[in-house]
Amino acid sequence: MKRRTLLGATISAAVLGLTFGLTSAATAQQPPIKIGMSMAQTGGLAGGGKASQLGIEIWRDDVNARGGLLGRKVELVVYDDKSSASETPAIYSKLLDVDKVDILFAPYATVPTAPLMPLVKQRGMLLMGNFSFQVNSKVGHDMWFNNAPWGPADSWAASFLELGQKAGGKTIALLAADQEFAQNLALTARDVAKKMNMQIVFDQAYPPNTVEFSSILRALKAAKPDIVYVASYPPDSAGILRAVNEIGIGNNVKIFGGGMVGLQFGAVMENLGSLLNGVVNYNTWLPEPSMQNEGTKAFFETYTKRAIEAKVDPLGYYLAPFGYASGQMIEQAIKAVGSLDQKALAKYLRENEHKTIVGPIAFAADGERKESATLQAQFRGVVDKNMDQFRKPGTQVILFPAKMKSGDLISPFEAARK
Amino acid sequence: MKRNGIFFWIGAAVFLIAIALMTKLITNEYPFFAGYVILQFIVLAVAWSILGGHAGYVNFGTSAFFGMGVYTAVFLFKVAGAPLLVQIAAAAAVGALMGFALGLLTLRMQGIFFSIATIALTIVIETSITNWRYVGGAAGIQLQRPPVTWPFSGYVQMLFFVQAVLVVLAVVVSRYIQNSWIGRGLQALRDDELAAECTGVPTLRLKVLACVVSGALMCAAGAPAAMYLQYADPSSAFNLNYSVSTLAMSLIGGTAHWAGPIVGAILLGTTQQLLTVTISSEVNVLVLGVMLVLFVVAAPEGLIGLLRRVRDKRKEGKQ
Amino acid sequence: MFSFELLLDAVVLGVLLGCFYAAVSLGLSVAFGLLDVPHVAHPAFLVLASYAVYVLNEFYGIDPLLAGLLITPFLFVFGLAAYRLYYETFEKRGSDAGVRGIAFFFGIAFIIEVLIILQFGVDQRSVTATYIGKAWRIGDMRIPYRLVVAFAVATLLTTLLALYLSKTFMGRAIRAVAQDQEALRLMGANPIRIKQWAFGIATAVLGIAGALLIIVAPVDPTLDRAYIGRTFCVVVMAGLGSMTGTLVAAIILGVAESIVLTLFGASWAPAISFAMLLGVLAVRPQGLFGRRS
Repeated sequence: MKRRTLLGATISAAVLGLTFGLTSAATAQQPPIKIGMSMAQTGGLAGGGKASQLGIEIWRDDVNARGGLLGRKVELVVYDDKSSASETPAIYSKLLDVDKVDILFAPYATVPTAPLMPLVKQRGMLLMGNFSFQVNSKVGHDMWFNNAPWGPADSWAASFLELGQKAGGKTIALLAADQEFAQNLALTARDVAKKMNMQIVFDQAYPPNTVEFSSILRALKAAKPDIVYVASYPPDSAGILRAVNEIGIGNNVKIFGGGMVGLQFGAVMENLGSLLNGVVNYNTWLPEPSMQNEGTKAFFETYTKRAIEAKVDPLGYYLAPFGYASGQMIEQAIKAVGSLDQKALAKYLRENEHKTIVGPIAFAADGERKESATLQAQFRGVVDKNMDQFRKPGTQVILFPAKMKSGDLISPFEAARK
Repeated sequence: MKRNGIFFWIGAAVFLIAIALMTKLITNEYPFFAGYVILQFIVLAVAWSILGGHAGYVNFGTSAFFGMGVYTAVFLFKVAGAPLLVQIAAAAAVGALMGFALGLLTLRMQGIFFSIATIALTIVIETSITNWRYVGGAAGIQLQRPPVTWPFSGYVQMLFFVQAVLVVLAVVVSRYIQNSWIGRGLQALRDDELAAECTGVPTLRLKVLACVVSGALMCAAGAPAAMYLQYADPSSAFNLNYSVSTLAMSLIGGTAHWAGPIVGAILLGTTQQLLTVTISSEVNVLVLGVMLVLFVVAAPEGLIGLLRRVRDKRKEGKQ
Repeated sequence: MFSFELLLDAVVLGVLLGCFYAAVSLGLSVAFGLLDVPHVAHPAFLVLASYAVYVLNEFYGIDPLLAGLLITPFLFVFGLAAYRLYYETFEKRGSDAGVRGIAFFFGIAFIIEVLIILQFGVDQRSVTATYIGKAWRIGDMRIPYRLVVAFAVATLLTTLLALYLSKTFMGRAIRAVAQDQEALRLMGANPIRIKQWAFGIATAVLGIAGALLIIVAPVDPTLDRAYIGRTFCVVVMAGLGSMTGTLVAAIILGVAESIVLTLFGASWAPAISFAMLLGVLAVRPQGLFGRRS
């Protein structure tokens, strides 16, 4: 029922577009293409959500400057989901049933995305995912496309542990926040460790709002691991690194880091300064030469200017270019298909490789990336209180994946810290 | 009083019929999604007021009861695929048990101590659920709704109706308590617990009863949320927001009369839903803050109290 | 896994952590413990003070502890004004503040939160000082200087407050007002003035406490929510109004948390602390060092 009206609407819109296409003035009068989403403006995810939204807004302005899509302007409809799961079903129902948006983008992160997957599937809508982790594995929506570079579920832990193994590591310590994303990372890390025949000598989940990490790191150090895999959230990442610096972590640690959220944000990196040195952590985009694509430079020039006004992350490497890439992919799909038909758009997105400012993107059947493009990078030569150093290549050397590699791991961790 | 009662029952019936008609006549799903949240807060506010309003025991643990409701439903659904009504009934039972435990706490604690104990209880329960892998633990759990049962056209419509039934149930219970010896007893113990005890009011039994009823209703209100979201994670289910909003709604409406929390929940709940899709930024939180301060300062007895004062003034004017 | 060395480490770190908890709870111990003001916005005031310290440190290069001292007089005045508002709204009307007082302070806390977000954004902030990021070595044990600072400041603050309340005229008056307001009025003193003064002090100590908060860990605008439970837990466990009690209770909490984090399942730490509080309340409702029996 719903889809039929939508189909009818798009057909009539297309027909109208054809007839009016001859009289060029008429295009301006067409209603805009509405892209709807919720985005965290408050709560724990707000920092990321706001940066991501700015990336999407820059794309919107770019595409409108080029004359829009199908001769129509692009308009964003964005609501605040308060970083919570309980708000998104109502918001997306409003987007679909009241605002009647044409395209749906998912909110930033897993928790707000998970509850709306069944709704979107039931309505037969395409959904551009935004950095959620394995939300589609149980729902199986065939019109879901995640913009994040995660790739297959286990690739994240695998790349880090392989780096550790190559450096001679045999035992692993797992330290993960007792929250959704970090626990999922820890889960895959346990599986991968088992497959690689590595022994887990320390495995702890620390509670949210932990103030002081000295005591937990003392226990970790006592387990004498070779590889330390940390999955943490922004407030804790800083606390953990400080404690590592104060308490020490032992000389046998070959590699430290892996899944620390927060070390991608400018303000956090600037605050931590030299404490970051040696840490190997995941990332999505870095200003290394291997990461520059068509349009990347122009995007960051605009972003840097607008970030000040929007009071968001001044660097914006982590989420913003991927928001822009989501827009680029939809743009390419709509241009190729020539309509807003959800099924046709999904088919196009699934079957083609897309050129974006974060590199080429191709999707697997489950809507995640075919290949993982999650970077593992090591901090080098970082000094205190300097934001601009992170804009230069070489401060974060990419170790994985091979295609983007810009250097080799320095090991052990204590040596790399100097 | 008699005529009032007839009006009340007619009103309740009309409300349920209107809700049922809504689920049939409105095809747009948004009113159900948004309405469900408002109805849920009405149940929470009414249930909270049974203890907080009549007895004057401030429960900060609304989120503990709500979250336990959610997780009772999750557990039963995962273990046996239990239908919605069983989930709600079981949640009510769990809530009653929790309420009973809370009631025993009142034996030793009064005033703010009781409130702090409820905060502590919330954190202990949330931590336990976070560490319980079977229901997803900290990572959360995705659920697949079963197909909807007749006569509803969609699951959300059904949840909307079920929550409306819970509203009526909560209001009936709350109204009964207010008008019966239970309410008068609770009021006596709120004004002076020692004096009430001395004059033969069975204070402990009354307090435990209020806790059990209030807890059962709050837990029941939480149970359908599992199917509404089709997802559960501890930090959302035990969100501090439920405790604060419920308290705010009861106060804004006024706790002196059973209708107060309803008025407050509708007012604040609707405002919050509207703000989510209009201003939609941190200003949202600001509005809640300002509303709380303004109402507490300007209308200490809530909207109901304000209304009464106006009515009394008019009566005086007539005389 | 279990070793004596680790246990010793956990206890030492726990004591230091506990002292930090005490420092951020002392103001509440006066406001809530002595004055019966249900000051839920106490942690929000604390975070606000941290941001003031951050501004002084980031833009003027002032040492965080010194910055904390510098803002203390302003906080004192702020506290006087806040109590006035609270008094006019609740106590003057003679209405039982109870739940409305809590709602009132929740409202204030939310307003502060949003104002901080509007001004500073949602990113977390931290300060720099020579004692942040380094550790003191004693044999195999390493103790972060941050926590040593917290320890020193907390013990000093507790001692000063305890002395002030027991030795000075005003301090005794504050304790008298906590015990029997009417008696004080009959003796010709103005209890409202005294309470206002006390609330000013309760807010003023937040200057140093806020500095400690941002020295120990980075701060973000909604951090106050995490501290509502913790600070009230300390104050109630201590028993209302006892300064040394607050210190002891906070240390007990810190040690318990630290031991659980080090030696048992770290994820159970919050449950342990709050289960302890429930236990204390159930057995000794007046708290460990309570003034009432």
